[in-house]
Amino acid sequence: MLGWLGVAWAGTPEPEVRAWPFDDVEARGHLLVEPRQAEPHKTWVIREATVMTATGVVHAPGFVVIADGKIAEVGPGAGPALEGALAVDGRGMWLTPGLIDTHSHLGVYPSPGFGAHGDGNEATAPTTPGVWAEHSAWPQDPGFAWAIAGGITALQLLPGSANLVGGRGVVVQVVPARGSRAMRFPGAPETVKMACGENPKRVYGEKGGPSTRMGNLRGQREAFLGAEAYLLRWVDYERKKAASEESGEGKKKKEAPGDLPLPPDRDLDQETLAGILVGKFLPQVHCYRADDMLSFLQVADEFGFQVRSFHHALEAYKIRDILAERAVAVSTWSDWWGFKIEAYDGIPENLALVTDAGGRGVVHSDSGVGIQRLNQEAAKALTAGREAGIQVTDDQALRWITINPAWALGIDGTTGSIEVGKRADLVLWDHSPFSVYARAHEVWVDGLLRWDADQPTVWSDYLIGQEVGP
Amino acid sequence: MIALLTSLVALAVDCAVVENASQIWLPEGPAPAPGATLVIDGPTIAAVGVVAYQADGATAKWNGRTCKRVDAAGGVITAGLIESRSQLGVTEIDLESTTQDFDGGGDPIRAALRVGDAYDPRSAVIGIQRVAGVTGAVIHPSGGFIAGRAAYVSLYGSLQADTVVNPVVAMEVGDQSGPSGAADLLALRELLDDAKAWRANQAAWERNQTRPYAASRLDLAALTDVVDGRIPLVVSADRAADIEALLRFRSETGVRLVVLGAAEGWRMAAQLAAARVPVILDPLVMGPGSVDQLAGRPDNAALLASAGVPVTLSTFSTHNARNLRQMAGNAVRSGMDRNAALAAITVRPAEAFGITDRGRLAVGYRADLVVWSGDPLELSTVARHVWIGGVEIPMTNRQTELREKYRTLPGTPVPSLGNP
Repeated sequence: MLGWLGVAWAGTPEPEVRAWPFDDVEARGHLLVEPRQAEPHKTWVIREATVMTATGVVHAPGFVVIADGKIAEVGPGAGPALEGALAVDGRGMWLTPGLIDTHSHLGVYPSPGFGAHGDGNEATAPTTPGVWAEHSAWPQDPGFAWAIAGGITALQLLPGSANLVGGRGVVVQVVPARGSRAMRFPGAPETVKMACGENPKRVYGEKGGPSTRMGNLRGQREAFLGAEAYLLRWVDYERKKAASEESGEGKKKKEAPGDLPLPPDRDLDQETLAGILVGKFLPQVHCYRADDMLSFLQVADEFGFQVRSFHHALEAYKIRDILAERAVAVSTWSDWWGFKIEAYDGIPENLALVTDAGGRGVVHSDSGVGIQRLNQEAAKALTAGREAGIQVTDDQALRWITINPAWALGIDGTTGSIEVGKRADLVLWDHSPFSVYARAHEVWVDGLLRWDADQPTVWSDYLIGQEVGP
Repeated sequence: MIALLTSLVALAVDCAVVENASQIWLPEGPAPAPGATLVIDGPTIAAVGVVAYQADGATAKWNGRTCKRVDAAGGVITAGLIESRSQLGVTEIDLESTTQDFDGGGDPIRAALRVGDAYDPRSAVIGIQRVAGVTGAVIHPSGGFIAGRAAYVSLYGSLQADTVVNPVVAMEVGDQSGPSGAADLLALRELLDDAKAWRANQAAWERNQTRPYAASRLDLAALTDVVDGRIPLVVSADRAADIEALLRFRSETGVRLVVLGAAEGWRMAAQLAAARVPVILDPLVMGPGSVDQLAGRPDNAALLASAGVPVTLSTFSTHNARNLRQMAGNAVRSGMDRNAALAAITVRPAEAFGITDRGRLAVGYRADLVVWSGDPLELSTVARHVWIGGVEIPMTNRQTELREKYRTLPGTPVPSLGNP
């Protein structure tokens, strides 16, 4: 028994980060052109709401104080009367952490579905790790405002699943912005989209392959083989450079850079994959079937990296013990199934079974419509589990859409739960968030009120001047 | 001998008394009293509301008969739900063409095609919707310009004879539309005109003494049902301008219409209401999924229903038709009257497709009904009992069987590690 406790969640195995020679080039790739508009923070007190913290604690009633964009206080009761603070009467309301979606194509496949805006799949080659979703993401997608109207405060924008390695995802906050970089979630790690199964072989089967699952696996293994070699060349270069600098004539050498070893050529594809190999970038792997997930885990073992989250994962319940033991998050829907044969064995109890086994379940949307009511999807998965006799608490179901997706995206240190010191990413609901009637009444991102159902605002330039009234 | 008779009587239970419902929910509003009871006699509803019967253990004496006694346990009874927009029984897996039986192929005009001929009542997809209280569905063909004729199917049974209740309930305009909505209306006018001309000149047509018509004989014959208003023409239109043009087409030709989508329908609510044209819509579509939906809004269903338009809500899904009541719940969330929302997933779809014996809890109606554990529109509620044609259906399907197979895992069981 104690042996099992040894791998309990207190010690979630964070992947070991190996030598990484790319800090400088990464920083250059992320230089910010468009800083966010500075907006003054106000102090808020949300009083006498049912505060669901996603930490296992519910304060009914409880309060939260927001100051300087952070959660300054949380506790039971009515809360303090702070002079100069904006007070929100939370009676009859529910306060939760902001919802987080691990799988969205907002911005990269925006609304309306214009052909010329289909920027989500770089379907020109099966392996395109060097493309970045943030370079496609259109911040004027009207879908961002609809997402926040549903309580979403952070989300991952992903390339599509046509490719074995589709490129980098980007974790963003739901904030108005002129460019996608200004939406980036501060401090979020890089993520990488990969895909198993039907999609890559369907897209490339008649375009040079892969045309089979074994072809998929070869393609992914070859990609990582290349990245291993690339990383070795760079580590070797850094070692030689350091040795050269530290040798007897080091100081002279520094003054004569011509004598330093030449750096290897840079390769954007390899840099992304190397980020996975060293444990800095978080792999987000589209995979439906249990055996496809196991095959991908074998690749991860072969190259020594950790899968952060499988996405869709309709058969996760069949391998929930293995996924739980390896701390691989399961991002899935509550009940989508049947749209292709690899999605034929989906069951609505998937999340409950994964959770019951100690796994980390996540409700994702993969849909501009679904993202508007992630809470309802969690509610359905909760009901399905309970009805089948699987014990799931409301707090656990809330984690499916808050702290668990935060973990899958590597941002759980600063958001995803209501705890002092975290970003004030909060949603005030007019019903229990698991009710079909619940609407997000107010939504704060970093303590700034970004959605007020009484005063809905249009964010997208596209909707400006369109005749949408009667 | 006595023992034998007793057992025969016990076997002859073809009626059921469903008692202790907290509510028998009718779209018209609250008639049946508290302690409400409902009697199912064979395939039909025999009594609703306050019923005189004598409880006797597991049975109830009603009307001189011995009926099965079913405890609704404080739940809510509604009519069985009807999904008006699915391809149940004619598709199994969307991306696998070998499992798809809804597209006539070839000629873009397939008015004579009856999709009910392809209905597989044993499809594994059906049971997954049934246990969620969906008891009937309109299934439609796809493809071409005129896709063919839709059918109403009952979702329990093993033969087409028992399940394809009405093989011809509507004429489906397919998704292969022309270069513009105007071209589609032109083509429709020509087809309807030719159907009339063909009927008036059949003998001449058989002798090859007519001008050429835009469709084959059986297609033209099938289209006369549309010309005569016996079945509605089902047409997709989201944009207000397209709905307006359709209504004008309706006035000119006299056809019955069912409008699908209607994302901007609220802008044409008065006109749709005046024409009593039913609309089928997805209340979750908000905003421009396409440019035609630019002015879509979450209270579309509420606005249409309160203007008097016969509103049907749909999932527009086959595999998740089970989410029909979530559609209704969301419509209520956005301001739709609760009774109108219930009507929109029961009696309105039945009426839109001319089904007159289903969709209501009323004496003489087909016993398609559901006992819910609570508010039928709420996500924490489940169906406790479902009857289709008076048969209480088993609450199992392929998904429940998969769940049970994997309730315990193969290999070494891993103890729970604590739940994150």
